[in-house]
Amino acid sequence: MELLHTIVSHYNHWIIIFLMVSGLYIVVARGNMVKKLVGLGLFQTSVYLLYLSPGKILGGTPPILSPDFTVYSNPLPHVLILTAIVVGVATLALGLALVVRINEAFGSIEEDEIFGGDEDE
Amino acid sequence: MALGGGTMTGEALIIIALLVPTIGAGLIWLTAWNPNVREATTLVTAGTLFAIVVAILGRVLNGEDLATGTWPIAPGLELGFRVEPLGMLFACVASGLWIVNSIYSIGYMRGNKEPRQTQFYMCFAIALASTIGIAFAANLFTLFLFYEVLTLSTYPLVTHKGDENAKAGGRVYLLVLLGTSTVLLLPAIIATALIAGTLDFMPGGILTGKADKATLMILLAMFMFGIGKAALMPFHRWLPAAMVAPTPVSALLHAVAVVKAGVFTVTKVVLYIFGIELLASTGANEWLIWVAAASLLLGSLVAMTKDNLKARLAYSTVSQLAYVVLGAALATSWGVIGGAMHIAMHAFGKITLFFCAGAIYTAAHKTEVSELSGLGRTMPFTFAAFLIGALSIIGLPPFGGLWSKWYLALGALQAGQIVIVAVLMISSLLNIAYLLPIPIKAFFGQASGRKSSGIKEAPLPCLIAIGLTSLGCLILFFFPDGILNLLSRIQVQ
Amino acid sequence: MISEHLPALQVVVPLLGAVVCAFFTRGDRAWFVALVVSLAMPFIAFGLLLKVLHGGPISYALGGWAPPFGIEYRVDILNAYVLVLVSVIGAVIMPYAKRSVEHEIEADKQAWFYTIYLLCLCGLLGIAITGDAFNAFVFMEVSSLATYALIAMGRDRRALLAAYQYLIMGTIGATFYVIGVGLLYSMTGTLNLADMANRIAGIENSRAVLAALAFLTVGISLKLALFPLHVWLPNAYAYAPSMATVFLSATATKVAVYLLLRYFFTVFGVTVIYADLPISEIFLLLSLAAMFGASIVAVFQQNVKRMLAYSSVAQIGYITLGIAIANKTGLTGGIVHLFNHALMKAALFMAIGAIFYRIGSVKIDDLAGIGKRMPMTAGAFVVAGLSLIGVPGTVGFISKWYLGLGAFQQGWWWLVMLIVLSSVISIIYVGRVVEVIWFRDVAPASRRAKDPPLSMLLPMLLLTAATIYFGFDTVLTAGIAELAAEWLLAGVR
Repeated sequence: MELLHTIVSHYNHWIIIFLMVSGLYIVVARGNMVKKLVGLGLFQTSVYLLYLSPGKILGGTPPILSPDFTVYSNPLPHVLILTAIVVGVATLALGLALVVRINEAFGSIEEDEIFGGDEDE
Repeated sequence: MALGGGTMTGEALIIIALLVPTIGAGLIWLTAWNPNVREATTLVTAGTLFAIVVAILGRVLNGEDLATGTWPIAPGLELGFRVEPLGMLFACVASGLWIVNSIYSIGYMRGNKEPRQTQFYMCFAIALASTIGIAFAANLFTLFLFYEVLTLSTYPLVTHKGDENAKAGGRVYLLVLLGTSTVLLLPAIIATALIAGTLDFMPGGILTGKADKATLMILLAMFMFGIGKAALMPFHRWLPAAMVAPTPVSALLHAVAVVKAGVFTVTKVVLYIFGIELLASTGANEWLIWVAAASLLLGSLVAMTKDNLKARLAYSTVSQLAYVVLGAALATSWGVIGGAMHIAMHAFGKITLFFCAGAIYTAAHKTEVSELSGLGRTMPFTFAAFLIGALSIIGLPPFGGLWSKWYLALGALQAGQIVIVAVLMISSLLNIAYLLPIPIKAFFGQASGRKSSGIKEAPLPCLIAIGLTSLGCLILFFFPDGILNLLSRIQVQ
Repeated sequence: MISEHLPALQVVVPLLGAVVCAFFTRGDRAWFVALVVSLAMPFIAFGLLLKVLHGGPISYALGGWAPPFGIEYRVDILNAYVLVLVSVIGAVIMPYAKRSVEHEIEADKQAWFYTIYLLCLCGLLGIAITGDAFNAFVFMEVSSLATYALIAMGRDRRALLAAYQYLIMGTIGATFYVIGVGLLYSMTGTLNLADMANRIAGIENSRAVLAALAFLTVGISLKLALFPLHVWLPNAYAYAPSMATVFLSATATKVAVYLLLRYFFTVFGVTVIYADLPISEIFLLLSLAAMFGASIVAVFQQNVKRMLAYSSVAQIGYITLGIAIANKTGLTGGIVHLFNHALMKAALFMAIGAIFYRIGSVKIDDLAGIGKRMPMTAGAFVVAGLSLIGVPGTVGFISKWYLGLGAFQQGWWWLVMLIVLSSVISIIYVGRVVEVIWFRDVAPASRRAKDPPLSMLLPMLLLTAATIYFGFDTVLTAGIAELAAEWLLAGVR
């Protein structure tokens, strides 16, 4: 019973782990370069949640000083993740740009087709 | 002594001795525009170097301890120079013969209209600078650095001709010398540094009480085969391969500087890294005696089969180098003195023989022993000198070669190795068998083919050089005391 | 006055420089801006290093927000050393870059190339200088994104694939890093590394902290290309523009190693790393796998840039070996190899870049006989190659000497032998190229090649000379590395 309680009360972690693993799985298992990027995005998003969820404090309010409240949520994770989101968007944009160029150069975005062609010399 | 050496510090003298040939190489490059000036520069550089070495010799004979400060590089590694009797002898022989060899080179290179002479003289000067560095190195690390520079600076000399043959020879030369030194010698040095905590050459060695017999034997093997320049069989292949070089190179480098750098290093390692006391007491040297003896006999046997004159001389060198290694391997005081003395004695004898081979090539364009029949009557001076060199190598009076073999035999007796004395005897007989027929046939044989009327003696500079070195063989017989005096200062303990 | 703000300037100047560059359309003007910025960086870095050596660590509160709440730039002996390394390499390659970039990048993209390069420089310097865990992530991504773009600008279409592959793996690595930081943050409530180190005391062995350590190690190891997480590196280095390869090989992985050292020793501490966890054993295995596996793969490469890239993986193995050896001497070896490897690999990639500039190929067969046409370039390749092997007298030997000595102090004789053995493999792959460029006949493609213009030649020769110079004068390199190793192992937080 207690175990169940522990598992359920940490539901946020389970969600994070699920997203993380499925993101990584997509990156590894898919040969389509765009899908790989989607997986990568999912993987990164799970980390945003990892930061944000412990920042919320039960009963806490937004951190605006007021005599009525004594418990505040931690604002720092939000700031950090704002940065991380920007980084993630930039990565995704660069990745997609590369995929476009790869498509122009090789006529395909499937890894097995490209690498099957001219692997090494 | 000479050159106002009396006022200079020992440190300054050593550094100048290293710098003179280095700067000389630069000056040779700068004076490339005029061959006469360039050759004069070479001679002046060689003369200056010899004068400085003699000045250092004077200090050493006065009992002075000449050393430079050390330059630390990493824990246990440092650069430093120290003059001890063995290195002194080596430096004297190399720098003295450089003068003679330069005179000879002028005649040879011009006589054969060789290309790229500036590069030739420059590399020679650098090779000599590294030889001096080897001779005066105070520790194994310093010695190793100059050892490698010597290999690299002589490579362009070996491949001087630039044809396929020269390149193939040069490949073997580089491969064997660099290969042995990096795969065996360097790890041996590293292991020594780790075991002993130092690499300094110390009288009595630095390994006493720090390693067991098995370790010592492995280390000794790594050193002896790693010092490829000593041409101990089976790592002797580079020496015949290097005979593609012009004869002055074979003469000074492959009879004196390079090969002697090898056996010199062998002797130094035995004396100052292991210590003969340690080797004799553990018996770790036993196997080396037999390997050296085998190399000694096999070299001579192979030499007998060679018809190419320079190849025969090269295998003779392989065999003679084994004498020096043998001297060190005996690990007795007389053995070491005999071996060290052989560095000088063999140098004079063998350089004479090579000079003669070069003179024959220059004058008559003959390279094979079988072609020389009857040539002695047109080139009497050259073949007379050849005879002198051959007798000195064989070890017959009245020539210097006698003494080194005498002391080696004493050393063998001292070590209780009667068999080795027999080996030395047999080897001398073999020497007779492959060296003496050459001048005999030249003087008394039938001239082959049509009368070669156009042939006369080689250019004058060559003859002067030949005369000087054969005279050296003679003088060394009557006055070996100088060398003995120097070598008796070697501290064994 | 201005010297107080040196830490900020170190990062802000290249950032602003990048912005300025972006406004230019002409490559040569952007190059000039990048040149000025890059040349200024070493002055700032050396200024910081001197300050640290004299006055101890510098703490700089960015924007005036006091740590631990604001972002702190913290400069100590270790990262001052890394800053010097990165900025010096950045400065030396800029003169080289001009011709190389003009040759390899289309005219309308050159200004962008320099913009991205400056961003990359900014990112790398930022990682090294910041004392804030999350800030380090941001800089890591700045440098990584710039790196992906730099690689993608290579002329070969496979450069795009290499960039994409690296983007995927690099992002996974960076995300792992953030996960680690996130876990640490949730445990300690701080992002300031020094503060984190204090608060972690007592909870080092909690599961979350250990998980954080695992994520951080894997994430950073991806960035530093620790075997077997190196798969992105060979293609990335092989197909990137020459100038980018030079810069990245010399700096990017080194900065990642620095970050790993920072977390291991200053945040988690020596006890956690060496006593509680088998980090030493794991790194030992992986380092050896890299040293041998990657070296052996390098032997079989046809593309010389790829061969050098595999050699980089092997050399990173030596650096991480320093962590595995876990004593002061070994760690010194690892840290000094950061610098030494940067010098030699930059020189090697510059040489191969210069050859590409002349003959448009880096395949080994096309390089045949190039030594006769481009003697300076090929000579630089040989010297830097010797350093890669670890021949005495070069920087490579210094690193390996320290590593060997460290292994010996641990009583790991077998490791000393393995270090020597792995060097033998590098003899093979370096020797193979040297053989082709010097001893083969000139390939038809390179008949008319000659040494590159001075702007490319001089930086290459400068770095090559440095590989020799720092092989003898180790006060600056090994001296500071030793201080840093001592400081890290003392557990000063």
